[in-house]
Amino acid sequence: MSKKTILILFTLFFILAACQPTAAPASPQTLTVITHDSFSVSKELVTQFEEANNAKLVFIQGGDTGSVLNRLILTSVNNDLPEADVFYGLDNTFLSRALEHDLFEPYQAEALAKIPTEFQLDPSSKVLPVDYGDVCINYDKAYFKENNLSLPTSLQDLTRPEYKGLLVVENPATSSPGLAFMFATIAEFGEEGWLSWWQAMRENQVTVVSDWETAYYTNFSGSSGKGPQSMVVSYASSPAAELIYAQTELSESPTASLVAPGMCWRQIEFVGILKNSPHRELAEKFVDFLFSKDFQEDVPMQMFVFPVLPEAVLPEDFVIASQIPEVTGSLDPALIAQNRDQWINDWTETVIN
Amino acid sequence: MKRSKITTWLFWLIPLVFLAVFFYQPLLNIFRLVFSDRFNQGWQFFSLETLLRPLLFTLWQAFLSTVLTLVIGLPAAYLFAKFDFPGRKGLRALSLLPFILPTVVVATAFNTLLGPRGWLNLILMDLFNLSNPPLSLLNSLPGILLAHVFYNTSIVIRLVENSLTRLNPHFEEAARALGANPWRVFREVSLPLLMPSILSATLLVFLFDFTSFGVVLMLGGPQYATLEVEIYNQAMNRFNLPMASLLSIIQLAVTLLITSLQNRISTPRYGKAALSAESKTRVKAKTRLEKLYVAVSVILLLILFVAPILSLVSRSLITMEAERGERGEIETGFTLRYYTELFQNRSGSVFYANPLAAIRNSLVFSLLTMLIASALGLLSAYALAGSGRLTRFLEPLFMLPLGASAVILGLGFLISFNRAVWVGGHFPILIPIAHSLIALPFVVRTILPAIRSIPASLREAAQSMGANPWRVFREVDLPILLRAIIVSLAFSFTISLGEFGASSFLSSAQTPTIPTLIFRYISLPGALNYGQALAMSTLLLITSTAGSLLIEKIRFPGEELF
Repeated sequence: MSKKTILILFTLFFILAACQPTAAPASPQTLTVITHDSFSVSKELVTQFEEANNAKLVFIQGGDTGSVLNRLILTSVNNDLPEADVFYGLDNTFLSRALEHDLFEPYQAEALAKIPTEFQLDPSSKVLPVDYGDVCINYDKAYFKENNLSLPTSLQDLTRPEYKGLLVVENPATSSPGLAFMFATIAEFGEEGWLSWWQAMRENQVTVVSDWETAYYTNFSGSSGKGPQSMVVSYASSPAAELIYAQTELSESPTASLVAPGMCWRQIEFVGILKNSPHRELAEKFVDFLFSKDFQEDVPMQMFVFPVLPEAVLPEDFVIASQIPEVTGSLDPALIAQNRDQWINDWTETVIN
Repeated sequence: MKRSKITTWLFWLIPLVFLAVFFYQPLLNIFRLVFSDRFNQGWQFFSLETLLRPLLFTLWQAFLSTVLTLVIGLPAAYLFAKFDFPGRKGLRALSLLPFILPTVVVATAFNTLLGPRGWLNLILMDLFNLSNPPLSLLNSLPGILLAHVFYNTSIVIRLVENSLTRLNPHFEEAARALGANPWRVFREVSLPLLMPSILSATLLVFLFDFTSFGVVLMLGGPQYATLEVEIYNQAMNRFNLPMASLLSIIQLAVTLLITSLQNRISTPRYGKAALSAESKTRVKAKTRLEKLYVAVSVILLLILFVAPILSLVSRSLITMEAERGERGEIETGFTLRYYTELFQNRSGSVFYANPLAAIRNSLVFSLLTMLIASALGLLSAYALAGSGRLTRFLEPLFMLPLGASAVILGLGFLISFNRAVWVGGHFPILIPIAHSLIALPFVVRTILPAIRSIPASLREAAQSMGANPWRVFREVDLPILLRAIIVSLAFSFTISLGEFGASSFLSSAQTPTIPTLIFRYISLPGALNYGQALAMSTLLLITSTAGSLLIEKIRFPGEELF
């Protein structure tokens, strides 16, 4: 045999081998999950899922929820294939926009039967609730104690002179907690009254900053930034994070949340399988995995939000420092979709310009 | 002759194809999509005010920032060009640092220095027994201006110092010998010769201030929106894509205008003799006035460049729990905790990245960027060095990426390269490509003047003695260009290292770069996370400084020839 024939034989062999439909150990399928920047999950659980399903999970974090959604809408226009297989983290404020653009395929997961119906906002099951959290005002405990100041028990209280200049909020046009808090005020005071509350807050010297990072670390006196304002719009779980991520062990969190009725806004996060995902079966398995007790119990410590599965047990530190408001504001998602831009414009006119 | 023409065309072709594929194509794709009927509902919120307000504010703050930058930058350039003083090299290297820092870090550094609980306010409160911080620079126009001065002074220093040192001394001597007083020498000889570089620096600084994004977003607060911030806001928060695209077209148009102006200005008017290739030697300050000048300038520059950086580094090493009733029990003092904590995956998160892994990712992207940007930049600069009408028409095309809105280009990237076969899904090769787009204009700007300064007579002499084109390049061009090439290597390396927007947009969460990791820490509550963000910023600072120092140390064989 000449060298040439050997070469040809080898080539043929490789071509045949490549055409073989079932090569012995199938290479793992890649499932792409697109999500917001705050998403996190234990490495251990990811590995478990990957091994059990012969899969590789790739996560894309595309900014905040709104940015990810907009990006998905845009890339869905002229493409047959979606940018990712699964979107984790759509919330109730963006629900209508997402459904309007028809991004998801319905999936009737078995576990839905166990999830409280108050979380199930999409009857078509295109998106399924996975976790929830509350946007509330955090306060600096030490400041209130030192100044013998009583805690405000309603949003209306915040317009009183003793709280003058003490609150920092985020601009709803640029920040998702800021937007959530704006919704809380609309839910509390109604479409007629909410702007006059903001007007009163403006007169009471409310501070507005662009993003949560600045509000929390630069302006808020209860965080390590030690700023001038003793109240900040943040999450009901932030005090737990202060406790868990303290630099020296603390017996209690330096901050707490104001959770009186009407002061908080509940964000429910959803997961959905994107339309035309080439890995539909694996995507379903991933969604099932999200409803497993393991993942639901992982959620608090990873993302500082609460699981939707009632049987999930919360970690101790988390229970100590987080408060769950009993009554939170809510608005019809369709109403939000219809008025979001107008409300933001009105807010800007009233509070900034 | 014919062959050299073909080579010139090739020089054109490669960078132009790169730009066409990775810049113009995604941009056109996104505009075409956005202006189609599908997205036209955004127009209902259109008003002239939404266009004019950000445009006017952008121009106004860019004008103010540029003036301030020149006020500090020009005397500093003079200082570096004329005087020799202890620590000159160090200070000069330091002046480059701000340029490479990502805005997240600069905003944090400014906060640790000027924020309500920054060092400055703490010191003032302590000195004058105040109960409230006296200075509030953040969330104000002065905050934005200060950050812009911090960022861009180094551009003025580099560009103007360069032509100051290369000013042909014979011109000034001749004027003096003819009886002109120093003021007249300056006004009628030096200034006109320096004007191209001063104007060029002015326009470049203006351009940066004009397209500023992170600084305005993080330090300006909600009252201030530049075009770029408004584009981001319209695109990502309002989902009004037609509006965002319209604003970004306006921004591109203004950029085109500025770069064309700059192109016209930087063509030397006085012939090559005015600028000598040799650097003048610097002297020690002699008179009392000169000494005072050196001392004051050095101190001012130290405050400008060193204070924010020092404040950042110190806060990453010091725990601060001061004067807050119950929290008095917590120790205040030196700590390495923020650094050691970086190496621990406390929550067991799948996204945890060892800082070393992030540094490695960043270095890989930076090295790739350095190679792509410098190679393309060198080719482009050679192509642009000719003086035809075509060149004048094409040069702004190379500069336009400077004015592209990152958000719009990012979205263009997504719809153009979404799951493209050759990028292998989400393999992050797009990151160094995007970084190269950002770095390319700098590289071209750095190398082009050096190429134009090569005397044609030298090349002709070499050719007539029988050297082939490659040998002419190696033995005539290269030694002259070396300095500029090294500077552009360092530029593209550091630009890539500090870049945040494209990296976060295009990478998967499991391959974080240093800036994306910093952002991850700073967006979580808890003292430890904040400290870790500061520690990671300090690591970025060290990496980029070490990187640029190392690159500046590179010596190619043959450099001694010149």
